Amino acid sequence: MDNTDNIPETLKRRILDYGDELLKRKAGEDTAKVTTLRNEALEHFSQNGFPTRKMERWRNSKIIDNLSESYQLYEEQPSHDRKDFCCVIQDFDTEVITMYNGRLADDNILRTLDNGIIIGSSRAAMIQHPDLFDKYFGSCRTDEDNGFYDINTALWQDGFFIFVPANVTAEKPVQIIKLIDNVNNPLIQTRNLIILEENSNLCIVDCDDTMSNNASLVNSFTETVIGENAHLETYKLQNLNNETVFINSNTTKQLKDSSLMSCIISFNGGMIRNNVHVDLDGQGADTQVYGLYLMDKKQHIDNQIRVNHNVSDCNSNERFKGILDDEATAVFNGHVYVAPDAQHTNAYQNNSNIILTSSAKVNTMPFLEIYADDVKCSHGSTIGQLDEEAMFYMRQRGISKANARMLLMYAFAAEISNNIKIDKLQERIDDMIKRRLKGELSSCDTCVFHCNTPKEYNFEIDLSKI
Amino acid sequence: MLFSIKNLHVSIGGKEILKGFNLDVNAGEIHAIMGPNGTGKSTLAAAITGREGYEITEGEIWYKGKNIIDMSAEERANEGIFLSFQYPVEIPGVSIQNFMRTAINAKREYQGLPPVSMVDFLKTMKEKQAMVEITDKLQNRFVNVGFSGGEKKKNEIFQMAMLEPQLAILDETDSGLDIDALRIVANGVNQLHTNDNAFIVITHYQRLLDYIVPDFVHVMYDGRIVKSGDKNLALELEAKGYEWVKGLMG
Ligand SMILES: Nc1ncnc2c1ncn2[C@@H]1O[C@H](COP(=O)(O)OP(=O)(O)OP(=O)(O)O)[C@@H](O)[C@H]1O
Ligand SMILES: [Mg+2]
Repeated sequence: MDNTDNIPETLKRRILDYGDELLKRKAGEDTAKVTTLRNEALEHFSQNGFPTRKMERWRNSKIIDNLSESYQLYEEQPSHDRKDFCCVIQDFDTEVITMYNGRLADDNILRTLDNGIIIGSSRAAMIQHPDLFDKYFGSCRTDEDNGFYDINTALWQDGFFIFVPANVTAEKPVQIIKLIDNVNNPLIQTRNLIILEENSNLCIVDCDDTMSNNASLVNSFTETVIGENAHLETYKLQNLNNETVFINSNTTKQLKDSSLMSCIISFNGGMIRNNVHVDLDGQGADTQVYGLYLMDKKQHIDNQIRVNHNVSDCNSNERFKGILDDEATAVFNGHVYVAPDAQHTNAYQNNSNIILTSSAKVNTMPFLEIYADDVKCSHGSTIGQLDEEAMFYMRQRGISKANARMLLMYAFAAEISNNIKIDKLQERIDDMIKRRLKGELSSCDTCVFHCNTPKEYNFEIDLSKI
Repeated sequence: MLFSIKNLHVSIGGKEILKGFNLDVNAGEIHAIMGPNGTGKSTLAAAITGREGYEITEGEIWYKGKNIIDMSAEERANEGIFLSFQYPVEIPGVSIQNFMRTAINAKREYQGLPPVSMVDFLKTMKEKQAMVEITDKLQNRFVNVGFSGGEKKKNEIFQMAMLEPQLAILDETDSGLDIDALRIVANGVNQLHTNDNAFIVITHYQRLLDYIVPDFVHVMYDGRIVKSGDKNLALELEAKGYEWVKGLMG
């Protein structure tokens, strides 16, 4: 008991000391806004510390109990090999940003494309485009007071930055390949900023991978502003080792007639927390948040999805599905808030789970908080086993037990992956889902995205065109 | 003999349902089994096809010279035993086409054959669909999802035609069918029927047996066969009802 209680305290003290030192060191480089926010966050963290299980949204989280004393507040860049970043999705032409332990690893850390799109390092963006940066940095609301937001805001040193100017459609998806080298048990703060000005379009493929099997705490925080009639599609692929604690926080502000399509696929990871917070601030905004998690062993996944309908005439749709094996645990908290004037709201949320063992556990709580009367809202959740009737039906047709299970699990998962709009990406992800379900994509030291053998994976049975 | 059940006793959750069931089936024969609700007809089908949870406490099931009671459900299927389910199961997310291809390739693998080519497969699909008069659209739909009762039953016969079993058990395939569909299903069965295979047709209604003419009719009551005869037994049963059967039990 003592032991687990002490780790957050010790860690907190180290973070505060490090923060004080960092503030002095960064004084010359930070913009005024960044400095102010760092100070506030550090002060807030010193008072409130890490979240505790007493807090509503952390009640079922295992993360606080599993922080490690060994985390290093990370300064020096270890050396790395460029070829680790190579992407093997054939014919998948993307604008690539590479990051290594939370820092930009590209030669050119901030680049402006022909059409005015700026992509690269958030730190470089702060230095080279301070006005643009300050206009948006820290402008998105967060869903709760949460120590991890404070730590990130206080200690961040780099992250990715994407700016799409008005009326521009990004020709290629931007792919962010983030590798975590866990050798030194790093504690990493990645701070990202995505800005879409009005009438712009962008697609992001965001991959998180670990390279070794040590512990680390990755605390990533992404702010996104989607301007009027701008459209963002974002795919997150999480493939981390079993010792990693990954906090993936996203807070998005959507203006009039904008749309967001977000799909988070959690293949692997010791402890993953996805915070997705969306503020629908302009009429006609539409948000689709999809998630798929495939957890086994003692893995823990916690999806916290908050959508605020702050104005009328917006749509939101949340669908999260998970398959849990062994002693894996999952938490889903979906919270849709509909403000008093937000009439003609359409909001839907659903979480469904398949648990393969009696020791896997799911805690699911879809929740609607509605203050307007002319709305269409619904929510639902299910926790079930693989359908025994369907299993026997398939086996009676000669399909092996193993393949019948696979077919059922894949069919369940595909309902999420079918929403992926880029064919090549969907194929690749479907392939990874199959491998994962067959147990071949376990705690990866090399993600299949970067592995050096980009071989088409063949199933005993072809499930590709279900 | 193709198939023989000897003194079969089956329990579900400790409760005995089949209480000494005997049946001999030769290749080329059609057997009808009739009997009141809850008498154990579907339990028999489940026990033959190897469903888990149906405990065989006594007896033997012989098929093509082997006692199959220790075989898995999929092995029995791949050996050529097919069940048209009384309640076909919906499988969301799995298309009929993919389901059938997986099933056919499983059987081919069991027989040591390479997977079927896509061209051949689609050709067979088309043929067999035509045979039971189901439309093309069905093949891309999820298995049984949103199908009407009649469509589900036709889909069972379609699958049977695809898999060409040697022993097919039709569990109330006629219930829920309109008159046209009944004729279509019966025609399908009659087309598939050869001297090498056999059918066990479970039904409540004599009418089906006007279309699928059985060599033998068995009346089942309380977990065993209480009377066997030719097709006229079905007419007699229809006229006299199950009270008559109870009397036979004495
Ligand atoms: N899974 C089960 N658990 C408990 N009892 C069962 C189960 N399945 C069947 N039974 C019981 O076994 C008996 C026989 O059922 P079965 O379904 O074999 O009857 P049936 O002859 O097919 O009836 P019907 O004509 O209504 O289809 C019934 O009393 C039924 O309630
Ligand atoms: Mg029955």
